[in-house]
Amino acid sequence: MYQYTNKDQTIIDERVTQFRDQTERFLKGEIPDDKYRALRLMNGVYIQTHAPLLRVAGPYGLLSSDQVRKLGSIARDYDKGYCHFTTRQNIQFNWPALERVPDILEELASVQMHAIQTSGNCLRNTTSDQLAGVCKDEIEDPRPYCEIIRQWTILHPEFAYLPRKFKIAVSGAKLDRAATQFHDIGLHLVENEQGVVGFKVFVGGGLGRTPVIGQMIKPFLEKEHLLSYLEAIVRVYNLNGRRDNKYKARIKILVRETGLAEFSQQVDTEWALIKDQLAIPTEHITAMQAQFALPAYQADAAQDTSYAEHLAKDSRFATWVKHNTAEHKIDGYRAVYISLKAPDSPPGDCTDVQLDAIAGLADEYSFGMVRTTHRQNLVLADIKQADLFVLWQKLESLKLATPNIGKATDMICCPGLDYCGLALAGSIGVAKEINESLDSIDYVHDLGDIKINISGCMNGCAHQSVGHIGILGVDKKGEEWYQVTLGGSSENDAAIGDRLGPSVSKEEITPVVVKLLEVYLEQRLNEDEAFLTTYRRVGMNPFKERVYATH
Amino acid sequence: MQLIKDKQVTQDSWAFIVDDAPLNADFNTVSQARWRKEGADLINRKGALGLRLESDAVVEEIAADLKHFQLIELHIPVFTDGRAFTHARLLRSRFGFTGDIRVSGDFMRDQVFYLSRVGVSSFELNDQDSALEVIASMDDFSVQYQDSVA
Repeated sequence: MYQYTNKDQTIIDERVTQFRDQTERFLKGEIPDDKYRALRLMNGVYIQTHAPLLRVAGPYGLLSSDQVRKLGSIARDYDKGYCHFTTRQNIQFNWPALERVPDILEELASVQMHAIQTSGNCLRNTTSDQLAGVCKDEIEDPRPYCEIIRQWTILHPEFAYLPRKFKIAVSGAKLDRAATQFHDIGLHLVENEQGVVGFKVFVGGGLGRTPVIGQMIKPFLEKEHLLSYLEAIVRVYNLNGRRDNKYKARIKILVRETGLAEFSQQVDTEWALIKDQLAIPTEHITAMQAQFALPAYQADAAQDTSYAEHLAKDSRFATWVKHNTAEHKIDGYRAVYISLKAPDSPPGDCTDVQLDAIAGLADEYSFGMVRTTHRQNLVLADIKQADLFVLWQKLESLKLATPNIGKATDMICCPGLDYCGLALAGSIGVAKEINESLDSIDYVHDLGDIKINISGCMNGCAHQSVGHIGILGVDKKGEEWYQVTLGGSSENDAAIGDRLGPSVSKEEITPVVVKLLEVYLEQRLNEDEAFLTTYRRVGMNPFKERVYATH
Repeated sequence: MQLIKDKQVTQDSWAFIVDDAPLNADFNTVSQARWRKEGADLINRKGALGLRLESDAVVEEIAADLKHFQLIELHIPVFTDGRAFTHARLLRSRFGFTGDIRVSGDFMRDQVFYLSRVGVSSFELNDQDSALEVIASMDDFSVQYQDSVA
């Protein structure tokens, strides 16, 4: 992974000093609320229902074991013993005291971590594919470009006060695991007809109140022009994005109101003027690629026979391998998902004990690296097949081996009314109820691949509009109600879910989900037809009829 | 009003003249509307001329006129409006303006590092600002990733 230079370290150290000073001035009453608000948000600090929330950057989801250990110690020393992994591969602490946040930032800086631009109307953390560098369907490893973009975004002097937040995601594989079409800018590494690798660029995607699928603005962008093209887009947005209404301030609205053709023309005009001066030298790209060189894989890893024996002998192990591990491009290795979706714990939460243990497992089995996923799980990307059995046993003892990755109980869930000041309804409680109603893991496996996403308000932090089943908390005369959508997807076949019908009450939401799953089981052609495929084939009616028939 | 120019506290000799008032100082700053209307007269007048740009200005429109101005004042209506950052950068790097670029209005000490980096050379302070602290904040960071114009 990327190794910090003195310059990188100096920047995050100086940021700690700056934020400490800002916070002290605020606590002394020297900075007004509205101004400190902007400053703290750009350091990931929200004021929540109970306490400030601190969002720490997980750059494109890649963490070292030392960083994971540090998250554990912060959870222990400054919080209530756990942290939360978010849909943008970041890490949140729910209970820090504001006056101690500068100390937490100092602790983070000691392991090359920070909270810079994890919130606020600025360039946010760049996200990517959790299987970058190890998946079989990869055109090129996206991480070197993510790091180049990270450096460009951090403290960019011109773009710190944009009309609204701005998110970039990069995918290097054929299957888009990074929801790139739902980002302000989505980048896909592609190969053109001449065999040259560059980027296909999408613009104007986004979730939240007005979900929009990004539109392709450039079919092929040469790598050397990556930053100049990004800078051109963001400059046009900074000048022309709406500042009169925060709900219309995202670039998706600008692109819609301007029209893609005209917007693209404006970007190209700007781009032509800066293309050469911002070109990335080939040596710089090569040097960055070297930072992400493959680890020292064992050439004979596939020779191991114990893996096959364990698979044959232990069906629970085999089930876990089937659901919680992924193919690896090196023979004899697999990528392992650590499920943060145990039935009895809030989705995406991880305790200090678990964090410490995960760091140890990463050191022992996976070259000291851990990845975070946008579905709020973790990945140990480089596990020898000979180690899978023992790793599974250890993960199981830590409650981190629920075999449910990509299944109905692998729900994305925001903090909801339990923590968040914006939420209108609970989401963790709904996830728990759904879990309880799907208590048989065999039934969960029978339901196959399905993505259920639950957000406590229309800001949509849990991406409900792209869930195969999306659940959105709404307020109805002071009560928690839920709006259900079906058929969303954040992958290559990007789609925004369709509304099932009128919202349902808190008591009804779990029974409704159960009914939707029953309809799917009845309607599917066979076990290989996943929920989304069935929905697209049979449409909304069978689901709608069942849910509202009894009303 | 306190002014910081090139990291020094200094006396402000410029005066912004509202549109229908007569010019009266040696250093007059006018609005873009007035410049459009009275440009020819303003050029022929003695004394230094400055132009105030509001945040919705299009800097390309005044690119050809820059030689007439010793000062461009970027007026920031609210500190969250980041358009002046782009305006300053374009004025300096694209249009080669070498005079003074000043910010006025609602900006804060915690933004002057960025503003300096995009080419702003003078800062009109609010009364409660401590000039020395503002000057110190211009060096909040000793290194940076992006190229700068300043």
